[in-house]
Amino acid sequence: MRLEPRAHVEPWRAAAAPVAALAAAFALCALPLALAGADVLAAYGKIVTGSLGSWFALGETLARATPLMLTGLAAAVAFRARLWNIGGEGQLYAGALAAVALGSGLVSAPAVLLLPLVLLAGAAAGALLMLGPAWLKLRLGVDEVVTTLLLNFVVLLFVSMMLDGPLKDPLGMGWPQSPPILDAASLPKLVGRGRVHAGLLLAIVAGLAVAFVVHRTVWGLELRAVGANADAARFAGVPVERTVLGVAALSGALAGLAGVGEVAGLKGYLTQDLSPGYGYAGIVVAMLAATNPLGVLVAALFIAAVFVGADSMSRAIGVSSYLANLIVATSLLTMLLAGLTLRWRVRW
Amino acid sequence: MSDVVLRLAGITKRFAGLVANDAIDLELRRGEILALLGENGAGKTTLMSILFGHYVADEGQVLVADDAGALRPLPPGSPHAALAAGIGMVHQHFALAGNLTAIDNIMLGTEPLWWPRQRGQAARARLDGLMRASGLQIALDAPVAGLSVGEAQRVEILKALYRDARVLILDEPTAVLTPQEAEQLFAVLRRLAAQGLAVVFISHKMGEVMALSHRIAVLRGGRKVADLPAGAADRAHLAELMVGRVVPERRREPMPPGAPCLELAGVRAPGLEPVDLVVHEHEIVGVAGVAGNGQAALSGLLCGLVAPLAGTLRLADRSWPTGGPAAVVAAGVARIPEDRNHDGVIGDLTVAENAILADRRSPALQRGGVLRPSAVAAHARRLIEAYDVRCTGPEQPVRLLSGGNVQKLILGRELERRPRLIVANQPGRGLDVGAVAYVHDRLLDARERGAGILLISEDLDELLALADRIAVIFRGRLGPALPTETLSLPRLGLMMAGHLDDAA
Repeated sequence: MRLEPRAHVEPWRAAAAPVAALAAAFALCALPLALAGADVLAAYGKIVTGSLGSWFALGETLARATPLMLTGLAAAVAFRARLWNIGGEGQLYAGALAAVALGSGLVSAPAVLLLPLVLLAGAAAGALLMLGPAWLKLRLGVDEVVTTLLLNFVVLLFVSMMLDGPLKDPLGMGWPQSPPILDAASLPKLVGRGRVHAGLLLAIVAGLAVAFVVHRTVWGLELRAVGANADAARFAGVPVERTVLGVAALSGALAGLAGVGEVAGLKGYLTQDLSPGYGYAGIVVAMLAATNPLGVLVAALFIAAVFVGADSMSRAIGVSSYLANLIVATSLLTMLLAGLTLRWRVRW
Repeated sequence: MSDVVLRLAGITKRFAGLVANDAIDLELRRGEILALLGENGAGKTTLMSILFGHYVADEGQVLVADDAGALRPLPPGSPHAALAAGIGMVHQHFALAGNLTAIDNIMLGTEPLWWPRQRGQAARARLDGLMRASGLQIALDAPVAGLSVGEAQRVEILKALYRDARVLILDEPTAVLTPQEAEQLFAVLRRLAAQGLAVVFISHKMGEVMALSHRIAVLRGGRKVADLPAGAADRAHLAELMVGRVVPERRREPMPPGAPCLELAGVRAPGLEPVDLVVHEHEIVGVAGVAGNGQAALSGLLCGLVAPLAGTLRLADRSWPTGGPAAVVAAGVARIPEDRNHDGVIGDLTVAENAILADRRSPALQRGGVLRPSAVAAHARRLIEAYDVRCTGPEQPVRLLSGGNVQKLILGRELERRPRLIVANQPGRGLDVGAVAYVHDRLLDARERGAGILLISEDLDELLALADRIAVIFRGRLGPALPTETLSLPRLGLMMAGHLDDAA
């Protein structure tokens, strides 16, 4: 068996590949579902209706997709430049911490001022957190996979310390949680009292903006050049170090915004379980989208739908909701394989 | 004794719409060195892959002599069968495991996996015998990762001999070797042929083909267009056979040099002893030397990758730009890097993106940091046309282009700016005859236009044809640039071996 590069990809093939990949993933996951004692078709039906089948379900999916879009973009933009930011989770918490520190009464200002300030602070916190590992990588060659990953735990412990200390809500009945964020610092709800908030619009705008920057600007060309071949980029006069630092800041800022969205749009205050691993899931989103920023928006919706749908399925049918992880993981693998078949032709 | 050991009969192989091999007949005799000559894409590698069982031919047959000397058909599509029939192959990219020792690499695959390891005295004794007989000396217990390219190649050849190869195929074996290593390889191959081994030597370099082989088969466009004794061949004729048309070998015409456009006085950089050098307008100054004697340091310095430690550098009318590659480019220096795929282009980006990479901030291509797609595409199309870059268009990823077309793209990008100074490092390396002629043509055009060119090359023929003056670099020390008329191949060879002063 050998792989030959494809010179040209037909449009139908590019369109069919993700569909085929999903079909394959669902077919593969039928076995474990059946082993768990579920009626496979009914289970898949529940996943669909539970994630998209009602306004409530759809709202839940969109709310869940919002942070995934931002952490997905954070990972995608970094991976494009070969900067392996595994620290989305920590940057998300850093952003959330900055948001509650500023938005829960420290500063009082009208909403038009306070909300942008809180968003900016969250983005800046995420960006600063990512600049450290990027600088260490450039100066001392420290592997950013290790530093960003380990910083996640450092940040989480720091959040825990703050929630039991200076940022502890005096009215919180002793629970380790922050005081609630002011209304003037909150992201408005999009639909009535539902869970979808303006963070979704922010995430979509961010996706469009990142897509524009990456594909249409000089800086985006530099970013892609550094990622694809840093030596050739340096030879052509691209300031490689500066580009990597810029990418690090942008990536951290996007993940930080995800954290702001969660506290300022959804929860209203910060706890230690703000994120069920959105930072890590963002990596999966980015890989699923092949680091394409617009693809990230779609992939985030897909993963959110599978998670929400699988939760609903497990409640209705009584199988473990961990099967959602299995479905997401399997579709990631089949999608990656499908991506390979677009780039290479397999010859026997 | 000239019994046939291998016969290819009517081999045809088609890939979707392309005939890679078209009814090729070929015979190989015992003790014979056959050169398979052809441009990139002529079908040499496909033919050898069929012989070795990587591909299955659509038509035709491979026949190999058995122990009794009778020709038998080789089962198609099986490298195992090819190995068993005594065919050994040394690929251009070696198939060695870097973390294993040389002897482990050689034994790998010859012992059953489930048996305790043998490689006892018997194997060593046999390898010692083979090394003595062939002249291939290697340290058997050295990890392969630490070997030089030439040594790794010797391990590959020994591996084939250890498996009782009667036919040895070498795919572009000299592409990665220094001239000295290539000479050693040729000596080994001659010796092995004299002992009865049949050798197929794939190449597109005419000089070495004529020096080494007994017989030359020329492929062009998938067909065998000639099969002649090496004695009956001459360069011009072979080039014409390979390319299919007469290749004009352009040489420089004398031209009075202009004002200095690059001056180095006592310049020091890591890996270089103090350099003194002047390149004038209308002048090509060649730098000759065996690979690894400081060429990379010199070109890194002049490409802006490395800052000088001491001394003065001047461009025509200004001091040397500080601020890295971008500043050097802005000062009007064109740079053709040694490793075009590693430093010259970015394979995953498109032709257009590669074409504008160094000029990306020019006001014609962007406004406020946003690229102007139509201007970018138009710029790329202009280069594609003016420099004859064969591609499907500005949007094609560069990794799908052939080496010659990548080099044309780089030439276009660099020369389009009408540079005052051109730093060309191995501009013809790995290119086929037609593309090399094209590169030389463009460099000579630039010289006529008034550019000064520093040409770093290991190809002495290239230097003698193009350079007005040649300096030799040895162990980081650049000698004086002497007029080409006063130099001869043997004298250059002596100087490259370190006799800088004796030869002067």
